[in-house]
Amino acid sequence: MIIDYFNLSFKNLRNRRTRSFLTILGIFIGIAAVVALISIGQGLESSVAEQFENLGKDKVIIQSKSLGPPGSASGQSLLLTTRDMEVVEKTKGVFGVVGIVFKTGVIKYRDELEIAFISGVDPRDDMRFEEVQAFKIEEGRFLKPDDKYKAVVGYGHVSGGLWEKPVDLGKKIEIEGVEFRVVGVLESTGNPYDDESVLISKEVMRDIMNLGEEETQLYAKVIQGEDPVEIAERIARELRRFRDEKEGEETFTVQTAEQLFESFQNILGILQAVLIGIAAISLLVGGIGIMNTMYTSVLERTREIGIMKSIGAKNSNILSIFLIEAGMLGLVGGLIGVAIGIGLGKMAQAIAYGALGSSLLQVSFPAWLIIGALVFSFVVGCVAGTLPAVRASRLKPVEALRYE
Amino acid sequence: MKQAIQLDKVCKTYGKGHTAVQAVKNAILTVKEGDFLAVVGPSGSGKSTLMNLIGALDVPECGRILLEGLDISHMTESELAQTRGKTIGFVFQQFNLIQTLSAKENVMLPMLFQGYSAGERSDRAELVLKQVGLGHRMHHKPGELSGGEQQRVAIARALANDPKIILADEPTGNLDSKTGKDILKLLQDLNKKGKTIIIITHDQSIAKKAKKIVHIKDGVVK
Repeated sequence: MIIDYFNLSFKNLRNRRTRSFLTILGIFIGIAAVVALISIGQGLESSVAEQFENLGKDKVIIQSKSLGPPGSASGQSLLLTTRDMEVVEKTKGVFGVVGIVFKTGVIKYRDELEIAFISGVDPRDDMRFEEVQAFKIEEGRFLKPDDKYKAVVGYGHVSGGLWEKPVDLGKKIEIEGVEFRVVGVLESTGNPYDDESVLISKEVMRDIMNLGEEETQLYAKVIQGEDPVEIAERIARELRRFRDEKEGEETFTVQTAEQLFESFQNILGILQAVLIGIAAISLLVGGIGIMNTMYTSVLERTREIGIMKSIGAKNSNILSIFLIEAGMLGLVGGLIGVAIGIGLGKMAQAIAYGALGSSLLQVSFPAWLIIGALVFSFVVGCVAGTLPAVRASRLKPVEALRYE
Repeated sequence: MKQAIQLDKVCKTYGKGHTAVQAVKNAILTVKEGDFLAVVGPSGSGKSTLMNLIGALDVPECGRILLEGLDISHMTESELAQTRGKTIGFVFQQFNLIQTLSAKENVMLPMLFQGYSAGERSDRAELVLKQVGLGHRMHHKPGELSGGEQQRVAIARALANDPKIILADEPTGNLDSKTGKDILKLLQDLNKKGKTIIIITHDQSIAKKAKKIVHIKDGVVK
């Protein structure tokens, strides 16, 4: 029975093709935007989750809150230093700590120049560093404790794309004007910024870049069996005491890998909510469009409604016909919207691949997203069609038949 | 013989206050099953109002109307629709077919509202369309049919739910005289098969074909 009503509604919509298409335009733009945004958000979240998974759950990350420009007085005084690192190292429950200095620097290879992240690490920490950062050697070796002007390069340097002629083991590169010999290549991490970075000795880096004792990030590994959250709190307490800061006014943050991921998720969530909110406005406008079309349709088909009533249609029959018609406008809009949304998501993935040269962003279209979008678009149509359909169903047969 | 329709002091007024028009005044009318009745009157005489009342499209202000012995005077809109669909087949001057549907789909529509299955509707629609001589044009849309053919589709639609009563409002008004005669012949045939037919017309020559004639003037049935 209900299928017959769908059939009837479909014929009516097909009969007014142009108007139906223009009406659903509003819906499918909104649905396409929502589907694309959610799929990209999902992809972003899962790829970041993977990165954090690599980092490991037993890690605590300590970094300065300083947002001041490097070298400025306010910036300088807040930076983490080697002395802070020692405090963390001595904290109960900490297995080990690694400090890394990150700076962007100019790299020269043959006659080309590139700007990349230079990471200064302590070669004596090599084993622990590998463990903490989950960097694995693809080729060659890691830095040795007595290595001075040796460098380990990210995978991006040898895979082509960054340099016209890829760097190779044993070749020489210049960092900030100082020559380094490449002794190792890291495995690809999937993150293009990581893959383009270069690791050198922290001591040498501080020397050539004129850095003091600063540490950009401290990675602490928690003793097995200890709760990372508890240890993170203990580290924060110790650092507050050492740096003489009050609780709530710290100039540093201590977060477990999981907390860091959660805060990222929060930011992403807010961003997505705002974007989807904007897309929802399009859906609202689309719904109003459906309502407008349905009111026009009821007026145009007043006589038809009268005919149907004269041959035995009850008010509820007329209501169903118009509600289903409005719902179909929404649903068809939803179908097209989902298809376009998937296309946009895939396009974003392709653009990300082209721009970053990595498959880091893998958009995903879970079933709940597709089904949810279709159900929602049908409901938008039905809700928008309710008032016109009620008006249609309440028409008096005698008056409707007389309508020209 | 049983009574198909009975009007008992029925009245109906349109409008309010000074502009109120009493379209039907104390109408008394009995139509027996198997009758062929013509209601004749000039335009504005109240014959359309009378047809709306007999056809359960409207309810009277006073008096009562019995359709097949059933009092429809105080029915709800839903009950009226149901009764209308089951007991009365309408044939209009303007044919009143739904333009977007084919002849067959138009005939199937009244059965949809009575809850017949798709199979039953399809079989029955083909049967009645053949009965009115349109077996070969079932899948044409009204726009592709001549006036006479359209009116045949309308008659087939009126027969869809096998009602006892056919109510025809100026059924030949939009047709040439030859086609009009054919349609009238079709209605006479249906009457012979036992349908109660009521034709509303202003045309005396058509009324003469009926078994019985009643006149309406200024809302008074005589």
